[in-house]
Amino acid sequence: MSDIIATGAAVPARPKNSILVEDKLMKKRNAAEARFKAYGIAAIAISLATLAIMLWTIFSDGVSAFRQATLTFPVTLDAAKLDPQGARNPADLVKVTTVGYGTLLTTAFRAHLQEKGVSTEGLDDKAVGDMISKAAPAQLRDSVLANPSLIGTTKDISVYATGRIDGFLKGRVTMQTAERDANVSPEQLQLADRLREAGILKLQFNSGFLTNTDASDQRPEASGLGVAIIGSLYMMALVALMVLPVGVAASIYLEEFAPKNRFTDLIEVNISNLAAVPSIVFGILGLAIFINFAGLPQSSSLVGALVITLMTLPTIIIATRAALRAVPPSIRDAALGVGASKMQTVFHHVLPLAAPGILTGTILGLASALGETAPLLLIGMVAFVANYPAGPLEGGVMDPATALPVQVYSWAARSDPAFIERSSGAIIVLLFFLVVMNAIAILLRRRFERRW
Amino acid sequence: MPLVLIFAFLAVLAVAGYVLGRRRALASADGNIRALHSLPGYYGWHAVVMAVIPAVLALAVWLIVQPLVIERQLSGFFPPEIVADDAQRTLVMADVRRVAAGLDVAVAQGALTADQADRIRTEFGSVRDRLAEVGVALGAEVTPQVLAAAQDYRALAAAGGIGRTILTIVIALAGFAYALMVTNKDFRARNRVESVVLALLVLASTIAILTTVGIVLSMLSESLRFFTMYPASEFFFGLTWSPNFRGNSELGLAPLLWGTLYISLVSMIVAVPIGLFAAIYLAEYASPQTRAYVKPLIEVIAGIPTVVFGLFALVTVGPFLRDWFAQPTGLGNSGSSVMTAGIVIGILNIPFISSLADDIINAVPQSMRDGSLGLGATKSETIRQVVLPAALPGIVGAVLLAASRAIGETMIVTMGAGAAAKLDLNPFEAMTTITVKIVSQLTGDTEFNSPETLVAFALGMTLFVITLGLNVFALWIVRKYREQYE
Repeated sequence: MSDIIATGAAVPARPKNSILVEDKLMKKRNAAEARFKAYGIAAIAISLATLAIMLWTIFSDGVSAFRQATLTFPVTLDAAKLDPQGARNPADLVKVTTVGYGTLLTTAFRAHLQEKGVSTEGLDDKAVGDMISKAAPAQLRDSVLANPSLIGTTKDISVYATGRIDGFLKGRVTMQTAERDANVSPEQLQLADRLREAGILKLQFNSGFLTNTDASDQRPEASGLGVAIIGSLYMMALVALMVLPVGVAASIYLEEFAPKNRFTDLIEVNISNLAAVPSIVFGILGLAIFINFAGLPQSSSLVGALVITLMTLPTIIIATRAALRAVPPSIRDAALGVGASKMQTVFHHVLPLAAPGILTGTILGLASALGETAPLLLIGMVAFVANYPAGPLEGGVMDPATALPVQVYSWAARSDPAFIERSSGAIIVLLFFLVVMNAIAILLRRRFERRW
Repeated sequence: MPLVLIFAFLAVLAVAGYVLGRRRALASADGNIRALHSLPGYYGWHAVVMAVIPAVLALAVWLIVQPLVIERQLSGFFPPEIVADDAQRTLVMADVRRVAAGLDVAVAQGALTADQADRIRTEFGSVRDRLAEVGVALGAEVTPQVLAAAQDYRALAAAGGIGRTILTIVIALAGFAYALMVTNKDFRARNRVESVVLALLVLASTIAILTTVGIVLSMLSESLRFFTMYPASEFFFGLTWSPNFRGNSELGLAPLLWGTLYISLVSMIVAVPIGLFAAIYLAEYASPQTRAYVKPLIEVIAGIPTVVFGLFALVTVGPFLRDWFAQPTGLGNSGSSVMTAGIVIGILNIPFISSLADDIINAVPQSMRDGSLGLGATKSETIRQVVLPAALPGIVGAVLLAASRAIGETMIVTMGAGAAAKLDLNPFEAMTTITVKIVSQLTGDTEFNSPETLVAFALGMTLFVITLGLNVFALWIVRKYREQYE
């Protein structure tokens, strides 16, 4: 009552600045508010823009690695040159070296040019032959050795052009750069233009990028990711085999059985600290213990897998413990209530219910392990590996191998810009695997996630 | 018998143990399961455990001890001064092992009979040539001592192989027999099996401790070896870094530490404001839909391997900074620089800081915001004066963790920072870090007995101590200053 009387008695003068009309201070405060919000939007915009720029540059640089300049022309596999004895005896066939196949290729190439009427003016025979990749004779030789019945036939073959011609077709090499380049001349590029018009030189999908082994500095066109993909595959398989049982066992102990004492505390502190140790320190550990002390072979996928297992273990343990914790205590109580032992409760009830969560966590852990590079450099996986490792049953995990991220690094370190393209291409392959693994993890989570 | 066969034998024994153990238990209870102490399967498992685990343990011990014993035996062939010197002994033993392996290959290929391999002498022609014929390349001519030692090594290894097989099989059979013997209906098989499983679980969880111990021991022992060759004071306080594999290196930590800290500083200047503002916007301003899309997108950055950032630094950021900032201002001509590496590491750390800060900001109770807003503060004032102070310890912890990550980052600095060890203030100069030098000193063919390679372990130790210190400090801050809300 008194309120009404008071307002009725003396209505205060309406303040000029209402909440709807800004005064000076309020204007300032609102401007600060808008600025503050804008900072937030800018921060998000910057991070997303950098992500977009990074992915865009990688993809635009790398997609062309999947296409390669190839020369297509008929080659007569002259029996008189390749198999003078005529017996198709493998021992005799091996005696013809790549040099022999090289002359065969270049002669066939020049003959084809003449036949098609492509002028090679301004270029001597050697310069014309040099447009074929140095890897081509070896390829031809391997295919003949694998299939001696080819000898004597004439066959249309596709061989790689050299990296510079490839770069010219992709716009990396121009007439200007060719003038300063010892490996290619402007005349060769002009010939490449004519070859392209004649349909002999084409950019084709290059499956060799995924299957070839690494090649030397001089032959970027022949290099591929074969060994790296196999090496990464071996490593991931071994890591999964080692990290899953150990990680799950450790998590079960810590989550379900461990009494609260100093020993348990010590383990917990160690796990959280190991999760934050820089990855290169694990590389030093691997070098000192697995290679120098235990004498395991350098650059082998086994050592790589051991190092990455130790590195991933904390992540897996943290994810598994979260999954175990998500299983409600009522499940345990019910099992214990009907007379199961503690161990039976865990292995028959809790673990199966936590399995989808554990699996999701493990896949995500493996995905981040797949991209790990630094520790692998120290255990020698950066070495040049020209041969495929043996199959998994013949001890291939002990053979020298490399891994996808390491291949990215070692290609990026080479001087020829053609390797930057291939490095980006390797990243595309790596990111593809990562996306697939993450997608599987997300699907698993969607499919099996339970809310209790 | 090769290891594979031993394991195959153990596998067969395990299967037999499971079947027999189970059957024996059932037989002792006349087929009445309710009379058994444990479920029948446990008796089977008990036999498996008893047959396999002691045998595998014995095998493991044998495999570790045998080479040590053989090495001791062989030291009789060489003069004591070689045996006393660690490095020389390792070299000689490696020679012996290589020759022995060569003889094995020769025997396997039929170039030598087993008997010849035992009797071959250096006096009757070059052993090196004989082995080269079968494709075993030896670096130097084989001395009589090494050859004799190698032949002895083969004999000992063969004897050891037989001993190993017999021991393993005997222990496995003994365990098997014991398990079957004690199996009867009152035997508490489940308790026995469960305690073994528990022991395995404990073993798995101690691997974390073993890893830490391994890290510390391996780095400590090699670092100590380094400090016997190179004075510790010069390592920690030296101002020049110029390793020289012919000797006379100057291995001062200061330029590397400076590069590391400078690059980390630049990265924090990039990451902290962006990450923090992104977190604030996502936590306080963004609508749920925006948040649902933007948060995972930002976290995508964290899922990209660091080598990708390294290539980005090398190919895009480095040349961009050089052409647009360094050269126009005359500050430098190098694509790889402190700025390049720092900015890219900063980008890498944005999602780390933003997701940690997001969690922390979300943990501040809504009632505090409501109180502030009710008093008439604007949203940004609430955030700056109420939410952030409440979240500060957590945010400081997150920033310290990010700094520790920046210090330990390897690929981006290897590809983007350069290799020149300098004490310089110009951020457009190439500088180098501790991690870059660890990589460059340890890759390639290295012998682990020169200070130039061993310094990498001392660098690793320094890095480990710095990052560990930062982490512990971060956790301490969070624990000490954390506000407890209802």
